[in-house]
Amino acid sequence: MAAVLPFRPAATRDAVAVHLNNVSIEFRTRSRSIFKAVAPTSITISDNAFVSIVGPTGCGKSTLLNAVAGLLKPASGDVQIFGKTLTGLNTDAGYLFQQDAVMPWKTALDNVAIALEIAGMKREEALGEARIWLGKVGLGRFIDRYPHELSGGQRKRVGLAQVLIRRPKILLMDEPFGPLDAQTRQIMGNLLLDLWAADRKAVMFVTHDLEEAIALSDRVLIMSAGPESRIIGDHRIDLARPRDTSDIRTDPRFHEIHRAIWSQLKAEVVKTYGDATP
Amino acid sequence: MSRWSLQLLAMQIGVGLALVAIWQIGATVPIFGHMLLPKFFFSTPGDVIGRVIGMFASGKIWVHISITLTETVLAFAIGALGGILVGFWFARKPFVAAVFEPYIKMANSLPRVVLAPIFMLWLGLGIWSKVALGVTLVFFIVFFNVFQGIKEVSSVVLANARLMGMNERQLFRHVYWPSALSWMFSSLHTSVGFALVGAVVGEYLGSSAGLGYLIHQAEGVFDTTGVFAGMVVLSIFVLAVDYAVTLIENRLLVWRPASASGQAT
Repeated sequence: MAAVLPFRPAATRDAVAVHLNNVSIEFRTRSRSIFKAVAPTSITISDNAFVSIVGPTGCGKSTLLNAVAGLLKPASGDVQIFGKTLTGLNTDAGYLFQQDAVMPWKTALDNVAIALEIAGMKREEALGEARIWLGKVGLGRFIDRYPHELSGGQRKRVGLAQVLIRRPKILLMDEPFGPLDAQTRQIMGNLLLDLWAADRKAVMFVTHDLEEAIALSDRVLIMSAGPESRIIGDHRIDLARPRDTSDIRTDPRFHEIHRAIWSQLKAEVVKTYGDATP
Repeated sequence: MSRWSLQLLAMQIGVGLALVAIWQIGATVPIFGHMLLPKFFFSTPGDVIGRVIGMFASGKIWVHISITLTETVLAFAIGALGGILVGFWFARKPFVAAVFEPYIKMANSLPRVVLAPIFMLWLGLGIWSKVALGVTLVFFIVFFNVFQGIKEVSSVVLANARLMGMNERQLFRHVYWPSALSWMFSSLHTSVGFALVGAVVGEYLGSSAGLGYLIHQAEGVFDTTGVFAGMVVLSIFVLAVDYAVTLIENRLLVWRPASASGQAT
């Protein structure tokens, strides 16, 4: 039993940021039957760790992330954030969605500044901070643009700045670079690693791209094909940091790790497509 | 101005002149001993233009324009306010919306012109019966758009805003309100147009002033020239109002991609 001590020091090196305790997730389908998306699963993510969850499409990895964000209530088990059971929305977390989540009616600057303004910061101060963060994500020249005037990659950068400016203790990312082209993905990956290295928060990164997961993470978890998917693999990635997400792909160790994980993942991917054939 | 837009302008003017020319010839040049467009039924472009100039020169027209404009603005303002309030209320309270749904549908399916006599009975022949008619038209357009605008807020944008820590009041101000407003403004041309229709139809059915009244009066004495002159003034008036709406819209919807604001009406 993972009884949590009440007076645990908050910032020890191996403090647990996220703990999923036998979390299972179910949906009620339209025909009123119950679809078991995720079987009881336990995951522990320590503070400072960059953890990726990889699995075939539709395996419920995003669902798991939504449970950690508090957007979804688990059918059983509970989610603990820094030792406290999560009820309602997880305000310690910053969530970068797969789709564009920035407000189309606000400029890049306002979109980033609002994250601080709603927490009560004065507008001038928030705008100043937002300018700094937009500079960090490389959008210093585009602060007055509306989202529709930016490219997909630039909109993701606005989203990243909007999430990071709040300095969340946990970063949740749901295939954030999914819709971007290959080159932009690698650039965004490097940007993310640079920003993350500055204060190394706990990251839960969901993707279906194994190479991306290995290049970015300290740990890669493999999820089985749905329904009733569960974690079937937990791999430590011992590649040295700092990393360059494109150069690292030529590292022999990268290939070794990739081969080991892929053999496991492949079986699951095949299962998904096996189910799909009529 | 580019070559293309110059050419376009020339063609547009050309089409107008051609139509007026056909009208003029049909009304004044006998073909096989018959007028194609007899003056009694069709008047002539010259007479109509003369009458329009006369109306503006004597200054009598301004009273009618200002009355119709007042009715239009009031109908739009009251209808839009009601539509926004009820739209928000229903969108945030699905049960209330479900209760009222059949009645809203019923009221909206009613051709509003049949309400004109009852409004005249209740509110008299002054401007308020026309305003009421316009309100019944504007209300539903604004209501449906605001309702839709709030329900169609992207769930991702909403989840993002909530996770950012927005409370209900902040969600309203930064998410629901801008979204509803964009839907409302995208229907601005339609709703202002309907406010005007309400005003003019109301005047036409019974009043003592306004552009609708002017046309009705002319019709009553078989003054075709007067009817056409009234229509010309009405068209100019509608174009001016529509232009003003476009200006307002461009200011308020800068954040939208050009293609989307192009399909405004």
